[in-house]
Amino acid sequence: MQRLVSKFVDAAIVFVQYGCLAHCTLEYVADLVVCSGPSMEPTLYSNNVLLAEHISPQFDKISRGDIIIAKCPSNPNQYICKRVVGLPGDKIRTGFTSRNVPRGHVWLEGDNKSNSSDSRTYGPVPKGLIRSRAIFKIWPLTDATYLKD
Amino acid sequence: MKIPNFVKSIIVGVPIGITILDTIGYVARVDGISMQPALNPNKDVTDYVFLNRWAVRSHEVTRGDIISLKSPKDPDQRIIKRIVGLEGDIVATIGYKSAIVRVPEGHCWVEGDHTGHSMDSNNFGPVSIGLVTAKATYIVWPPSRWQNIKSYLPNQRKPLNLTSRYIS
Repeated sequence: MQRLVSKFVDAAIVFVQYGCLAHCTLEYVADLVVCSGPSMEPTLYSNNVLLAEHISPQFDKISRGDIIIAKCPSNPNQYICKRVVGLPGDKIRTGFTSRNVPRGHVWLEGDNKSNSSDSRTYGPVPKGLIRSRAIFKIWPLTDATYLKD
Repeated sequence: MKIPNFVKSIIVGVPIGITILDTIGYVARVDGISMQPALNPNKDVTDYVFLNRWAVRSHEVTRGDIISLKSPKDPDQRIIKRIVGLEGDIVATIGYKSAIVRVPEGHCWVEGDHTGHSMDSNNFGPVSIGLVTAKATYIVWPPSRWQNIKSYLPNQRKPLNLTSRYIS
């Protein structure tokens, strides 16, 4: 009986260790995301799987053209995947007016301009909402690519 | 190759520590006077608060909570404020560009208790709830100030849609 308990405790400790390691990797190094929705067509389609790294957002190394995953400003439980179009200080033209991207914010747009709800709807997005930067499309395998600007 | 024991325990211990700080919470020093009198009531004493990450894991916040959030102007900066309005609330502002603001979907209105000495929503507008990182639940240091932090919203700062003034 005692042996069984100690075995169980050992297994639990290992489980916790690996769980914590997994948490740190997924939270600070990289994770996989599944896209959904039409807003990034033709670059990304629904059910594509992306490899996204968390290092450059932490060091504020986001540049124009990057595809990023961020929390949706109007719904914190939802994530959005868009392209960075403007950085702080940039002038963005929307329709007939133009506006500046404020400090600490980015301007996000989907590649599918006609079917995307992005910064044109909800304005510039604070950098604090950015979670990761997509670097590879790994699924479907036939279409696996490195995502550059 | 044999790995020394203490290296092994670091390799195992660091991720566990980070995970605990990430999911349960951590203690942070409160800087500045923006939350007087609730935090840092006099300038000689610096309060340390416990920031509860678990409480905001599903982004649920209520009016009157003291929360820490990433500054919308600088993602590396954490600020500590009180939630005054949630989405849909109508807030009478103090020195914002419009006198009355309707808080948009998924956003909240945050203010420091020390009106006029605080960088808050009256300055940068409503903030997305996604920026909220933790809820301050205890003052843990100095010992003379050990206490729970209660959710509290002064009557004159209640959103207009919750006061009778608005109905009449």
